[in-house]
Amino acid sequence: MATMRYQQALRLAMTEEMERDPNVFLCGEEVGQYQGTYRVSEGMLQKFGPKRVVDTPISEIGIAGLATGAAMVGLRPIAEFMTWSFALEAMDQLVNHAAKITYMSGGRIQCPVVFRGPAGVGTQLSAQHSQSMESWYAHTPGFKVVMPAFPDDAKGLLKTAIRENNPIIFMEHAGLYGLQGEVPEDPDFTVPFGVAAVRRVGTDITLVSYSRGVHLCLKAADVLAKEGIECEVIDLRTLVPLDMETVVTSVRKTHHAVVAQEEWKNVSFGSELSARIHEMAFDDLDAPVGRVGGADVPMPYAKNLERAAIPTENDVIAAVRRALA
Amino acid sequence: MAKTTVERPVEDDIQSKELLSSYRLMLLIRRLEESVYRKFHEAKIGGYLHRYDGMEALVAGIIPFLQIPGDYVLSTYRDHAHALACGTSPRAVMAELMGRATGCAGGKGGSMHLIDPENGFLGGDGIVGGPVPISLGVGYALKYRGNGNVCVVYFGDGAMNQGGVHEAMNMIGLYRLPVLFILENNKYAMGTSVERSTGQTDFVLKAKAHGIDGEHVDGMDLLKVRDVAGRAIKKMRETCEPYFLEMSCYRYVGHGIGDDNTKAWTTYRTEDEVAQWRERDPLLRTGDYLEARGILTPELIEKFEAEIAAEVEDAIEFAEASAEPPLDSLYENVYSK
Ligand SMILES: Cc1ncc(C[n+]2csc(CCOP(=O)(O)OP(=O)(O)O)c2C)c(N)n1
Ligand SMILES: [Mg+2]
Repeated sequence: MATMRYQQALRLAMTEEMERDPNVFLCGEEVGQYQGTYRVSEGMLQKFGPKRVVDTPISEIGIAGLATGAAMVGLRPIAEFMTWSFALEAMDQLVNHAAKITYMSGGRIQCPVVFRGPAGVGTQLSAQHSQSMESWYAHTPGFKVVMPAFPDDAKGLLKTAIRENNPIIFMEHAGLYGLQGEVPEDPDFTVPFGVAAVRRVGTDITLVSYSRGVHLCLKAADVLAKEGIECEVIDLRTLVPLDMETVVTSVRKTHHAVVAQEEWKNVSFGSELSARIHEMAFDDLDAPVGRVGGADVPMPYAKNLERAAIPTENDVIAAVRRALA
Repeated sequence: MAKTTVERPVEDDIQSKELLSSYRLMLLIRRLEESVYRKFHEAKIGGYLHRYDGMEALVAGIIPFLQIPGDYVLSTYRDHAHALACGTSPRAVMAELMGRATGCAGGKGGSMHLIDPENGFLGGDGIVGGPVPISLGVGYALKYRGNGNVCVVYFGDGAMNQGGVHEAMNMIGLYRLPVLFILENNKYAMGTSVERSTGQTDFVLKAKAHGIDGEHVDGMDLLKVRDVAGRAIKKMRETCEPYFLEMSCYRYVGHGIGDDNTKAWTTYRTEDEVAQWRERDPLLRTGDYLEARGILTPELIEKFEAEIAAEVEDAIEFAEASAEPPLDSLYENVYSK
């Protein structure tokens, strides 16, 4: 074990996998000479050279095509989007090509590619840069969608992603890059997809989230514990595949649930979670599933408006109180 | 050149007046930009923050030729200068940078999203290349109405590598739309030099490939910029044809404040290089030219500096005294009424 930041854990995962498998390479804007926009790939160009750490122009369609095409013929690319907001440029290559080629080829073509980069909202980046869109990808058959909340998961899940034979949407959170944690240095350490983690055990209500939302839930649980309300906090880790078993087992025990996310609330991943909990555990629920999410507006710049648009632990606490009322 | 006030034809007088006012505009832009990092460090400004220092001639030599209302300007996230040149007040710019209700976007946009449609400014754009496809639609509408208006779209050397930019250029070339492309070639897109981002570094050739004529201009020479842009716009009003100007220029500071804070810019350029470009500063060169012709004097520069310092200070005071947007405006304007 070593203490490191989320961002360093990601770098370690990429470095180890590139050392293990010569077919793995990294491409994206400013990943090399500039040392990474968020320093995730710092030092990797020096270590692996320009053939395996590829600086690209500002061409997201090109980046997605480069990675997808190379994956279709046997390489294992990691494509970094400077942020997921810019991946919108590449939507067609992602959704119409990467996600579908295995199906369209009758399984004869594999597409082992990882698309990664920072997602998440905050720091006054306003409408075009501050948004979370995981449900767009979770909605698309063919993608697996990964959203780590802690440094050890960042490493273990990214390693699994790189070894997967499918296109992976790996969404980091810019606001978590500096988060410190204990991370296994063992190069064989991986975290499997589709296995949620119970981050806090509780009896009164189940809080389900992922990425930074998990931290909001943990903070809310701390506050509520002082009033004698015990929350069970579940970190999904991967949205697709989705570990409903862990969620439903918990709901059967607590009889209440709140789902929390940063993305817009309307037609969101929380909507899906809520629907599934109702379908699978309706008889166990003592109240409708509560939902916490971002305000359904383009993100405003002004501090006070941004604060009102982004969910906080107080929104989770309020949702818990409503569910338990 | 000796400093003389020999008789000049009337045309020259108009030209002198215009040059002087462009010079003053460049000075205002420079001084306002110099104030914004300070305000960021005081936590009065947040988000991303990109400055225009060194590139002032690209707006001061072009936007004054526009007829507003009627003509339109689109720009990138490096947009403070474009707003000021279109006529947005320093107060409305500064208040927007500080996220106040009195800002030109009501505090909802911030630095990257200044906007002032009443003054012909259709906004900054946070997405690299984003304004170019929009300029296609604006150009189409202008041709549709047939009033001889033009759309000026500013974008970077890095933006030239976006797919959408080329779709739009192709269609603008195909439909012959009155769009003036101002390629702000400041040599870098964040940390990536032009040479490291494209196999064809002559951007005018790329325009020509789309059937759009154009030329290279020293974008740090206000007189050249004015001369070329003035002619181009005049012709475009008559012919309704697109035109492309590759403006050679340089940004003195980092890509954005993050780049400056971390000194990441040292990964792609040297202090020497920056110093060399600073010698070609548009303010210095224009100042020298005007002084040599007796149009500008040290006294006048001093007067401008004093006025502008007061204007910038006033903008800051105004912004700081302005209220944040009301909380109930959060859901306002998601849709038109
Ligand atoms: C589609 C997209 N990709 C990436 C970015 C991140 N980004 C913002 S500015 C920039 C560099 C743009 O360079 P250039 O077009 O030359 O304009 P300059 O900043 O030099 O004025 C990058 C990569 C973005 N905003 N949009
Ligand atoms: Mg540039």
